[in-house]
Amino acid sequence: MQDIGEAFHLALSLVLSGDADLFEIVGLSLQVSLSATLIACAIGLPVGALLAVSRFRGRGAVLVLINALMGLPPVVVGLLVYLYLSRSGPLGFLGLLYTPGAMIVAQTILIVPIVAALSRQVLEDLHGEYAEQFRSLCLTRWQSITTLLWDGRYALMTVGLAGFGRAAAEVGAVIIVGGNIDHLTRVMTTAIALETSKGDLPLALALGIVLLVIALGVNAGVQMLRMSAARQASYGAAANV
Amino acid sequence: MSDLQITDAVRLPRRRAAHAPVGPLLPLSVSGLRLDIPRGTLLDGVDLTLPRHGCTVIMGPNGAGKSILLKLLHGLLAPTAGSVSWNGLPATEATARQALVFQKPVLLRRSVAANLDFVLKARGGNRARRDALLADVGLAHKARQPARSLSGGEAQRLALARALATDPEVLFLDEPTASLDPASVQVIERIVGEACARGTRIIFVTHDIGQARRIADDVVFLHRGRVAEHSAAAEFFPEPRSLAARDYLAGRIVL
Repeated sequence: MQDIGEAFHLALSLVLSGDADLFEIVGLSLQVSLSATLIACAIGLPVGALLAVSRFRGRGAVLVLINALMGLPPVVVGLLVYLYLSRSGPLGFLGLLYTPGAMIVAQTILIVPIVAALSRQVLEDLHGEYAEQFRSLCLTRWQSITTLLWDGRYALMTVGLAGFGRAAAEVGAVIIVGGNIDHLTRVMTTAIALETSKGDLPLALALGIVLLVIALGVNAGVQMLRMSAARQASYGAAANV
Repeated sequence: MSDLQITDAVRLPRRRAAHAPVGPLLPLSVSGLRLDIPRGTLLDGVDLTLPRHGCTVIMGPNGAGKSILLKLLHGLLAPTAGSVSWNGLPATEATARQALVFQKPVLLRRSVAANLDFVLKARGGNRARRDALLADVGLAHKARQPARSLSGGEAQRLALARALATDPEVLFLDEPTASLDPASVQVIERIVGEACARGTRIIFVTHDIGQARRIADDVVFLHRGRVAEHSAAAEFFPEPRSLAARDYLAGRIVL
């Protein structure tokens, strides 16, 4: 209990004192996780939408595979990305290993299946409602996908949040491909792991509390954006032809 | 009520609206139409010929196959046997030149105006056309409101406006006024009547005998998946030929 009280005190003092190291770690964490979430959404949402509107042989197997990939072990992803990005690996020439870029790649691989699988479920339900109308209007597959993505955008924000949550909380992959290098690739989770291994539990707890507050802040921000955008879209200016 | 959703078994190849051929879609010729599903036969031996103009009302008891017939004519379902020929075109190639208003309107999660913009954009429509359509269905003052917040009657009027925004040559309506108040029914009948007067071919499914009397030029009466009777409205209502139609009009239970 003493540790927790001390952790709260330390967390508060770190934040209030504007600790440069802390803000650097927080900044890099957000940069890596948000970048990975955006890239994963750019890949996963169209894939989810395509799966939602398509019927093909082997579709069931693809869905099982994507759902299974949601549980990808981060350390396995980290190891695979490490092998590809290491000097002797096929992508070694990119020089990404032990950079934030490698961490973004690893987190993106981890959360693409989450975004694709969850968005497929959301959009398939929506498509079930729209399908006959789409067919009556003779929409192309592309038009159906873009319409579903637009009409499902508020539900898809929650999908993006799930992806961000996974990315921000992840430590196994980024520590392998990032190396937890101070002032270069150290993020909240790897810093917590490091401080814990050093026995500095109050600092580790303080970092954990800051991480929780950030996650809460991002979720609250997206929720507010979602509510505001929903109001805007509903009552705001109608799209011009 | 639509009692059959599109399933994989009856899914059709996707069509594009582009390159729509010129020439009238009517007359319609239906021959030996049959639709089987795993649990039975929904339509069987439907033969039908519809002339170029007018309003055809399809009537019949629940489960007679009215909505299914509409979807087969519109090309949303593939028949097990038989053919639908829109002046020589198969149903799937005529879909782009037709519109269907469902019993339960399917509105996009957007504003009222954006629901119309959605179809007008693809057809080169403009804002003036959208505003005219909204005014015509009495929804101009709700243009910015979310479509999903409309009442049942308003939602159906918006769905009708959206169907008309496609300038269809044939307009299918599947019990569009079921459970609507008299004012909404009147507006929908007026709009449908005006469309018909402009030359749009109307094919209207209804249970409402009074409504059928008001709008029908000819009546197709379905019973147990077959056409029990197809005759001019002026003949059908005073003197139906089939026993099922006589019972139906008399308010007796038709099974």
